[in-house]
Amino acid sequence: MSVKIVFLGKLADLAGANEKIVAAPLDWNGLVAALGTALTGEKVKLALNGTVLADKTALDASNGDEVALLPPVSGG
Amino acid sequence: MKDIRILHGELVPGAAIDAFSAAHPDAGGIVSFVGKVRRDDDVEELELKHYAPLTLRGMEDLAEEALSRWKLEGLLLHHRTGRMHPGEPIVLVAAAARHRRAAFEAADFAMDHLKSDAWFWKREKRDDGWHWIDPRAEDHADLQRWK
Repeated sequence: MSVKIVFLGKLADLAGANEKIVAAPLDWNGLVAALGTALTGEKVKLALNGTVLADKTALDASNGDEVALLPPVSGG
Repeated sequence: MKDIRILHGELVPGAAIDAFSAAHPDAGGIVSFVGKVRRDDDVEELELKHYAPLTLRGMEDLAEEALSRWKLEGLLLHHRTGRMHPGEPIVLVAAAARHRRAAFEAADFAMDHLKSDAWFWKREKRDDGWHWIDPRAEDHADLQRWK
């Protein structure tokens, strides 16, 4: 029973890994508890199985799901 | 009609534009834009990362929006990912239309959104190592033009 968390952009450096496996089920409070506030900051968006969540605090991930942490894109 | 790709290798704009032109014989004109890795003081290399489940679908949605806003014969969006060097092409946008105004505007619209609203993250390698690039205020202003 696990959820895969994927770190994009600079979050992979901050996390020290490209992904991490955590226990399922996983909600927003569980994610913040597992990763800390630096990785789950205000500007970070969440995608669940490839769909961006309009409200990340409504995260409800089950066994086998993939949650991606998306920092702002770079522009330039 | 749509030709949307994420390229893991080389981008050859001339060949891609020729093929796009041949595929749209009824177009009266094609506007294309080639974005290149800018030569900057001490940037040795640029690396783009994307997220497979999101990035291509986001580009498809962008193309659909452009096709719904302008009368186009076709739209091409090719974006590289991975590591590249200054001077290399990184993105190609081409819009084919019966009349030029739609093609100019759709290409401009697509570029503004690819630069600041597509799921790509960039980092630069300089003398002292790799640095992630943060969003710029201009990118937000570029998007506001189309609201």
